[in-house]
Amino acid sequence: MSETLVITGAQLVGAESADIIVEGGVITEIGTGLSRAGARVIDADGLVALPGLVDLHTHLREPGYEASETILTGTRAAAAGGFTAVFAMPNTSPVADTAGVVEQELALGEAAGYATVQPIGAVTVGQKGERLAELGAMATSRAKVRVFSDDGFCVFDPLIMRRALEYVKSFDGVIAQHAQDPRLTEGAQMNEGVVSAELGLAGWPAVAEESIIARDVLLAEHVGSRLHVCHLSTAGSVDIIRWAKKRGIAVTAEVTPHHLLLTDDLVRGYDARFKVNPPLRREEDVLAVREGLADGTIDIVATDHAPHPSENKACEWQAAANGMVGLESALRVVHQSMVQTGLIGWADVARVMSATPAQIGRLSGHGTPLEVGRPAQITLYDTSVDGVFTEADLHGRSVNSPYLGRALPGRVEFTVHGGRLTVDGGSLVEGVNA
Amino acid sequence: MRHLLDTHTLDRTTALRILDVAEDMADTQSREVKKLPTLRGKTVVNLFFEDSTRTRISFEAAAKRLSADVINFAAKGSSVSKGESLKDTAQTLEAIGADAVVVRHPASGAPQTLATSGWISAGVVNAGDGTHEHPTQALLDAFTIRKRRFGAESRGRDLAGVRVVIVGDVLHSRVARSNVWLLATLGAEVTLVAPPTLVPQNVSLWPARVVYDLDAALAEGPDAVMMLRIQLERMSAAYFPTEREYSRRWGLDALRVAGLPDGSIVMHPGPMNRGLEISSEAADSARSTVLEQVANGVSVRMAVLYLLLAGERDDERGGDL
Repeated sequence: MSETLVITGAQLVGAESADIIVEGGVITEIGTGLSRAGARVIDADGLVALPGLVDLHTHLREPGYEASETILTGTRAAAAGGFTAVFAMPNTSPVADTAGVVEQELALGEAAGYATVQPIGAVTVGQKGERLAELGAMATSRAKVRVFSDDGFCVFDPLIMRRALEYVKSFDGVIAQHAQDPRLTEGAQMNEGVVSAELGLAGWPAVAEESIIARDVLLAEHVGSRLHVCHLSTAGSVDIIRWAKKRGIAVTAEVTPHHLLLTDDLVRGYDARFKVNPPLRREEDVLAVREGLADGTIDIVATDHAPHPSENKACEWQAAANGMVGLESALRVVHQSMVQTGLIGWADVARVMSATPAQIGRLSGHGTPLEVGRPAQITLYDTSVDGVFTEADLHGRSVNSPYLGRALPGRVEFTVHGGRLTVDGGSLVEGVNA
Repeated sequence: MRHLLDTHTLDRTTALRILDVAEDMADTQSREVKKLPTLRGKTVVNLFFEDSTRTRISFEAAAKRLSADVINFAAKGSSVSKGESLKDTAQTLEAIGADAVVVRHPASGAPQTLATSGWISAGVVNAGDGTHEHPTQALLDAFTIRKRRFGAESRGRDLAGVRVVIVGDVLHSRVARSNVWLLATLGAEVTLVAPPTLVPQNVSLWPARVVYDLDAALAEGPDAVMMLRIQLERMSAAYFPTEREYSRRWGLDALRVAGLPDGSIVMHPGPMNRGLEISSEAADSARSTVLEQVANGVSVRMAVLYLLLAGERDDERGGDL
């Protein structure tokens, strides 16, 4: 059950510090010197109060790959990272390409209670890129799917992509494209460039991403549909999105925390924790995506949280799986790469990690400003601390984080999901739905 | 020396030390009894995840002539999905008590993963990993060039000013990569000749010049021409149109060999595709060092195993001679 919370002295973004009263899962009062009899008092003095974070790109692995993650463990990781809602990618087994699977995911998320789980539906049956999945059935299911993606696989066939973009207009859906030309990336292992030439790893060229994005924005313009570009990673992609937005095309774009911080130089040790798709790029690309996020070309940060068991990472690079866990570290990485560099402020963080992702995904009850009458989805973040990121910071089932051993600023002190604490004093609350 | 994983990080002093020890080893190979007692009681495992009889027998001969015990381990499959994992294999070798592991693997970086994972304490020698490096091949090539150039005066000499042209599939060649780094470290001037499709993107930081025209490169009168093996399956991936066109533009035929200055040598790491990247006239000419390379390979690998197992090691096992 939701409790009554008195959050005192929180630093609201773009405003003075204030007290926040949470009752019945809703923010009921904001002011100074507030109190409620019998309420839990949270001392938030010096903590930044953000609307609960929303991740448009998470892999929760359930159903099918529970050795890597479950909806329970993944949402615990989300809560620990300050997230109150996650969009679950459909590359499960079975693939989330039917109303039945997305409703199951929704129910498991509700049962877990750590964060809202909003399923993403597959665009095509089995993510095979051949036939459209029953998008309408998923949209009208209890899961109310609005985001469709074959993530991990690019919807490569231009005709299928066009039809998908057109079809989802009837329920205000969006196609989230994993932009990767499969022919140009056969066997690809890392960013194609100076480092891949030296290491003898097959290259994943920037053009394989950029050419698909260019095609897709033109398709979106032609059919007047919404397009979302997943985990954009290159300077050229930023330019194409900038051009498309200038033309008035309804495109949104995301960048991952790791593409904001890490470069392909890290591949030199062949440590598969740094293997991810799209791959880590050059320093120039990192600077370009930061600039794109700061100037609004890139709309959001999304984690692409991708858990893998250790045997899929403790092996030779070529045999290793792509992906990194990212929920627990996302806010801290954005803090380091974007806020500490002076590129954006905390109000922008609230926009790119909460408001806009909820809006792109048409998710109600999340991403709203901290105002009276709004749902109590709140993240209280201590910006003043620093720490080395360790396995103790991870709360999912897998530990394939590229940040282990790296110093990152900040700490999520409290997460309030639907009026209930999921993180209390920096620690996960056990059994939130008990 | 703890491991030999690549030539990219091999410094000049260490490289020359290996080549000089290889000279000593070569001297012992002209004796009636070729076997030395140096590595008696040491176990060397040849761990081959990919077939390469030539490289394996070269390492095997090197280890045996130093009196090491040799175990040949042909491992099929390399990932969890295909069979035993690299980790399990490594831990098995550790349990057996391997002192050195010579590893050939189809995945770039696998020897480095083996050496840095903590799964095994043995010294690791990279015997060719994917399209990354093949350091002992480059060392034997450098040894061969030096020997042809300086003969008995080779010890202590580097390759300053020696002009080497490397021709062929640079993109997929671990031999080319190892040679580029090592030859440059030793002061040689390296020119890469290849169809543009078979040059990696991007080699702007490589200590080598890239040209596409073999005849132009040969016209400069290089000291050594190293031909790389072309794998015929490359054709299906549109790297070049036909075997015939490749051979005409980038093959070392009799005419091209005849135009080389006196003293220029022709090298090939083997196995050769006669008639494709190299003609029989070129392969069998007096300039060809193909068989010398094979013989020198044993000496160089003896030197590497010696320095790894009997030489001064900068780790805790350094003193157990």
